[in-house]
Amino acid sequence: MTTEAADPVDAAAIAPAADAGFLQRWGTEIEYILIPGAALVVALLVFGIFVALFGKNPLDLYWYMYYGAFGTWFSWQNTLSRAAPLILTALCTALPAQLGMVIIGGEGALLIGALSATSAALALQGMPPLVVQVAMVIAGMTGGGLWILLSGGLRQYRGVNETISSLLLVYIALAILNHLVEGVMRDPASLNKPSTREIGAANMIGTIPGTDVHWGLVFGLILAVASYILIYHTTFGFAARVAGGNIRAAKIVGLSVGKLILTVCFLAGACAGLAGMVEVAAVQGRTNANLAVGYGFTGILVAFLARQNPLAIIPVAILLGGINASGGLLQRRLGLPDASVLVLQGIIFISVLASDALYGRIGFLKGKS
Amino acid sequence: MADGNIGLWTVPLAVLGGAIRVSTPFLFVSLGECITERSGRINLGLEGTLVMGAMSAYGISYLSGSPWLGVLAAGLTGALLGALHAGICSLPRVNDVAVGISLMLFGTGLAFFLGKPLIEPTAARLPAIDFGWWSDVPQVRAALRINVLFLLGVALAPILFWAFKTTRWGLLIRTAGESADAARAMGHSVLAIRLRATMAGGFLAGIGGSFLSLFYPGSWNEGLSSGQGITAVALVIFARWDPMLCLWASLAFGGAAALGPALQSVGVTSGYHLFNAAPYILTLLIMIITCSPKRTLSGAPAELSITR
Repeated sequence: MTTEAADPVDAAAIAPAADAGFLQRWGTEIEYILIPGAALVVALLVFGIFVALFGKNPLDLYWYMYYGAFGTWFSWQNTLSRAAPLILTALCTALPAQLGMVIIGGEGALLIGALSATSAALALQGMPPLVVQVAMVIAGMTGGGLWILLSGGLRQYRGVNETISSLLLVYIALAILNHLVEGVMRDPASLNKPSTREIGAANMIGTIPGTDVHWGLVFGLILAVASYILIYHTTFGFAARVAGGNIRAAKIVGLSVGKLILTVCFLAGACAGLAGMVEVAAVQGRTNANLAVGYGFTGILVAFLARQNPLAIIPVAILLGGINASGGLLQRRLGLPDASVLVLQGIIFISVLASDALYGRIGFLKGKS
Repeated sequence: MADGNIGLWTVPLAVLGGAIRVSTPFLFVSLGECITERSGRINLGLEGTLVMGAMSAYGISYLSGSPWLGVLAAGLTGALLGALHAGICSLPRVNDVAVGISLMLFGTGLAFFLGKPLIEPTAARLPAIDFGWWSDVPQVRAALRINVLFLLGVALAPILFWAFKTTRWGLLIRTAGESADAARAMGHSVLAIRLRATMAGGFLAGIGGSFLSLFYPGSWNEGLSSGQGITAVALVIFARWDPMLCLWASLAFGGAAALGPALQSVGVTSGYHLFNAAPYILTLLIMIITCSPKRTLSGAPAELSITR
């Protein structure tokens, strides 16, 4: 999987090296692909050594990872279904990052989004499915949006660090979810695993025709492209990037930074909230503690690996979704614990951050001017 | 009274006992983070360090039979993770907040991976000193069964306060945290100072983790720490980077965290999960009250990225 992904990039970078003009034009773009790609390969090598310490063959590991993630149509569908919430939760980190904010509370917004969407569906039982589904989307996005808006508002009005507040809000969201699911919203029939009542089979959003991949993937793709357009092709996005680059300059030219922060935080939370809605309406059918499987945390990694670029988030989310999807196979075939996916994600994250030091330092990419 | 039927007095007693018992990890992590942040760098990865510390302490205690070796192992593991954090942060253009997040995920994942075989076996636990021998009430005795680590932590707070103020090392750390240029001008390597400060912070956070697995709750499982590490990092901010305030704040937090189980023990079960979230809500509220958008916090090390 790794070599396949990285080789074409290497080839593209090395082949036209003689042409300095090409490198001057595209050098930065190549760097943005080459450096994270190399960081990924290094991380996979380190993880290979790590499992070798436990007596497993690293080549088996790479093969099963590839096979479990992209080897068959079945694994592709599994991968894409897992990529959908990752795209959405990654946007929750990537959008505020344009303003220079580090939001890591996507998991909390996902949970609140799921809870709001479920509440909407349960309140509207008996209505036409389309009405219920639209209401779930609106409720999920609003719930998640307000949750991250809280972090943004605290930052704007009280100067509370948004990284810490958003993470604390994850634990608070989980407590609220458990409280409601084991309390007023509990389905008396759910004995072992306290859950809300089901939203009803008719209200599930279903799968893309001809596949087992649910519509959440399409939601994710639409929002990723929309975020890209918002950031790079609108005045609003330009203003956000100016404020992210230099907040004092932004204030001097008269941008209302507060409004930018609040709007962006709401949009970011809305994305993660939609991920919660999708998990309810396409996978679980109800809300319970199963929703807190860490999509929000993996989303942070996706956003950083994609260098906070909404379009780059799509392939990166598919890659990380693939790694998640292969976890089951690694457990069954290699006898690795289910946490091995977490270890790999941690190693990738560290390696990608360390690779930040390489930008602008690779000799042959600078051109010969 | 001697039969232990003390009615609603159970709640304040359990909160007091909790303040002593539950506060220890908060105390160690916040004191460790205090050292790191005073040197001008923030390590958000202490949540991962805490879990790794808990796992390695439990593992070593199980293998060697000595819980104190476990505590030492937890500290060393924490110092290693601290060195990793400091090593990556010393590369140019690398953001310490992001590295902390990555180490939080890495530490937790690695602990779950390596700790898988440790969920079943029982390891030797840390002993407690019985300070409640004078009382006949079992709840009082339970509340006053105090672990040595807690006493060490309580002693450490004034020592650190003194060390920051008067020792050469304290001055160096503070210089690196207030002005890296000044430290450089004095001929010291800022990166080396921060490396040692982050390792010391990791060492203490690891010990905090060992308390979780070896004393209270006293076993290893994947739900052992849920955010104590990050709460302790937030705690340092509103304790104004002052070790003594860290001590009082940790005690308050321990009390808040013990509220849920205490109420449950007298039959109040309805808001169990919400009471369990009390430390996080408390942290958030205190941060809302003490922070201000108009000025940087008093006492904040000037080089700290998170307050700039």
